[in-house]
Amino acid sequence: MTVTSALAMVLALILLAIAAYTVAARRTFAAIEGFVAYGLLLSIAWVALSSIDVALTEAAIGSGLTGVLLIGAAARLRTTEAALSAERPGAPLRWLAAAASAAVAGGIAVAVLSLPDPAPTLAPAAAEHLASTGLGNPVTAVLIAYRALDTLLESIVVVFALIGVWSLTPDRTWGGRPGPEHAADPNGILAYLARLLPPIGITVGLYIFWVGADLPGGKFQGATILAAMWLLVMMAGLTDAPPISRTWLRILLVAGPLLFIAIGFAGALTAGAVLAYPEGYAKLLIKVIEAALMPTLTLTLALLVAGASERTAPP
Amino acid sequence: MSFFLDIFIVVTVSAGAFFFLAGSVGLLRFPDALSRLHALTKADNLGLGLIVLGLLPRAGGLLAALKLVVVWLLILLASATVSQMVARVARRGGSPS
Amino acid sequence: MNDFLLAAAGFVLATIALGLARIVRGPTDADRMMSVQLIGSNGVAVLLLAGAAEGTPAAGDVALALALLAAFASVAFVKSATPPIPDSDKEPERA
Repeated sequence: MTVTSALAMVLALILLAIAAYTVAARRTFAAIEGFVAYGLLLSIAWVALSSIDVALTEAAIGSGLTGVLLIGAAARLRTTEAALSAERPGAPLRWLAAAASAAVAGGIAVAVLSLPDPAPTLAPAAAEHLASTGLGNPVTAVLIAYRALDTLLESIVVVFALIGVWSLTPDRTWGGRPGPEHAADPNGILAYLARLLPPIGITVGLYIFWVGADLPGGKFQGATILAAMWLLVMMAGLTDAPPISRTWLRILLVAGPLLFIAIGFAGALTAGAVLAYPEGYAKLLIKVIEAALMPTLTLTLALLVAGASERTAPP
Repeated sequence: MSFFLDIFIVVTVSAGAFFFLAGSVGLLRFPDALSRLHALTKADNLGLGLIVLGLLPRAGGLLAALKLVVVWLLILLASATVSQMVARVARRGGSPS
Repeated sequence: MNDFLLAAAGFVLATIALGLARIVRGPTDADRMMSVQLIGSNGVAVLLLAGAAEGTPAAGDVALALALLAAFASVAFVKSATPPIPDSDKEPERA
């Protein structure tokens, strides 16, 4: 057995163990800890599978942002946790759920293992036309050039998700600041971290966004890191979440997708099809779209975690 | 020259891995939360530091070497501050499982 | 040399497996937070070693992201486990 396959085996076993613990944990908090650990290990697994872009997204969203989202949800549910665990579903239902999950996992395993060798793939075709997009990273080319429609719709769906979260706001606090007021000791260790880490984090986030054209990275991972740094500053109480009725916030939320749509329809006039890029301008337009989507994604991700407004809007 | 470099890399990376082992074993075996925290920080400081030191000669250029050092400094900062915050939670008794 | 670095990565991966026992056993939440922090730091080491062994410098970018976000998740854990500070001496309106 080679070193690489032994490593892969150990990683797979660790992943299975932590996944089993996350499912079996009794307390919500412990299960969330397991989930964050699972996300971190899964991103290592993605690197082992040579999918660096997915690894970046998994580390950023899967363990970081989703973990904090779940913590916020668990904190809100803390008062009802006792009642919830009293009405756990009965054993037959849980066995049925376990059987269904195992069947799905088994089906996916069979499908992956029975792929013909070499597996059918469009990767050579994608790599062949990479030069016309001016990009060096085939993943970014797929996201913004070949399947731009998917990315456009996703960026709109994410804004819709945020509106969905906002729809949970009670009437009297509509338009106010999301989340509770965070008060941390201004001389304490959290404030210190929130002053020192964000400049580094913002640099790393912008770097990963910029480098996504030619190397693994891109706007989504960069925006997640930026959102995480903003949330850190909010959690330390150094700044407060903006009221969601602010005009600048709403303009920035829709600016990205609107610009994407505008460029897409302009492509119908200049390049013959919607979301087609005219010859020679592809890289420039792609950069403009990505730069416009960055603030939208950062705002959306941070506000999704911050939640619905809980405090009334200031005048 | 490259032979001595290889020896250097093997020695530093092995020492770093040893400190990671010490950190994990400490996390498992020490009696209470605060002493486990103490074991953990050895892995972050010395373990990662030695491994980064050992990987520096193999880094492809100044920028890559700088990135390695920045990663180490980031982990230092993050784990030091998080350790203090976790220690506060541990001292307060944490929430029992 | 590549094989040695890969073996070192595997060794650190085994220490992660050791640390996972603390998530399962650790009686208090603080123990579990420490375990997550351990996975973050050791995971960074695994990525740096494996990246150097296989010649993928992009693994260093994932290590950067891991370092940043493991800290972020840990901060959120600690905040949720800490009761809020009484705000009697805080100014009422934040500018």
